[in-house]
Amino acid sequence: MQSLDRALQPGFADKVLSAQATFRTVMEAMARPGQVMQVEDGVGRPPSMMAGVAAIALTLFDQETPIWLDAPLSGAPDIGAWLKFHTGAPIVADPALASFALVAAPEQLPDLRSFALGSADYPDRSTTLVLQVASLSVGPMCQLRGPGIDGTVSLCASIAPADLFARLSINEALFPRGIDVILVDGRSLVAMPRTTRLAAAGG
Amino acid sequence: MDGNMSGNTLQERRQGAMQVLSHAPAADIALRMAELPLPPYQQLRAPENGLVMVRGRIGGDGAPFNLGEATVSRAAIRLHSGEVGFGYVLGRDGEKARLIALCDALIQSPDHASAIEVKVVAPLRAEMRAARDQAAAQAAATRVDFYTMVRGEG
Repeated sequence: MQSLDRALQPGFADKVLSAQATFRTVMEAMARPGQVMQVEDGVGRPPSMMAGVAAIALTLFDQETPIWLDAPLSGAPDIGAWLKFHTGAPIVADPALASFALVAAPEQLPDLRSFALGSADYPDRSTTLVLQVASLSVGPMCQLRGPGIDGTVSLCASIAPADLFARLSINEALFPRGIDVILVDGRSLVAMPRTTRLAAAGG
Repeated sequence: MDGNMSGNTLQERRQGAMQVLSHAPAADIALRMAELPLPPYQQLRAPENGLVMVRGRIGGDGAPFNLGEATVSRAAIRLHSGEVGFGYVLGRDGEKARLIALCDALIQSPDHASAIEVKVVAPLRAEMRAARDQAAAQAAATRVDFYTMVRGEG
């Protein structure tokens, strides 16, 4: 008998409806940066992967989206097999080739310039970072502004790395190229597209 | 079709069972499976339909070409003891793909392999052989041998 954490896990119970619902949620989250959205419950996943990340993977990944995994995820024996079985997405070692990067230990996030930033002709061909963070409900408050936000929006979250917003400031100079980020805590997710800026920190 | 009943390796046994099950009607498989006590299991991949590209060659050394697309159904099942079974069948019968995936998983399980072989695969294989032999016998009864009579001039 295989140990439970190595056994292949199922994906969505209802593939079509769950993927549609998750797609809608991620699209809403991207349209309203800083707002916490919930993906539906009941997605099968490897134990070390959060439900939100698993739902995003099952919805958005396919054979044409190379995936980069950080050290804890690529070291987990069940993650690669699960992604391959359910999505067919190739896993790449070079973050510059990846469409999505899954990061379980965001405090060790590599330099953002090592990921794909898109090209001037195709700015959409950049890496979308999916970070598993400690909490999206408690933590230091920050104010975000940008398209999709009426004025500013407050987000209380324990986000790693601590200098994430400082690092994301490369998006200002790169535009229209840049890195999009999705923060995930369990079933909750917050999107920060490349146009979102930090208005004020602390409070 | 000539699945070897006493395949040595696990892979041969799975292949032999698939040769029979993929050609058997879903109702027949379900009927025979219903007689067996089934262990708890989980659907890794619920039955789903899709398309595969069928490739062909003209002659043994011809270049491969795309013959056309065929509908397939597939399913995957994991027993709680860890064995994972896969079912791929031509057509849109998702239930058949699920039954075959379940059989494939059970064949890999030491506790259930012999029951599946004896109660499900072997009877289906016998039925299939009988049907094929009968068709062959019917065809053989109407066989005409052509030959040229020697003219009586020599």
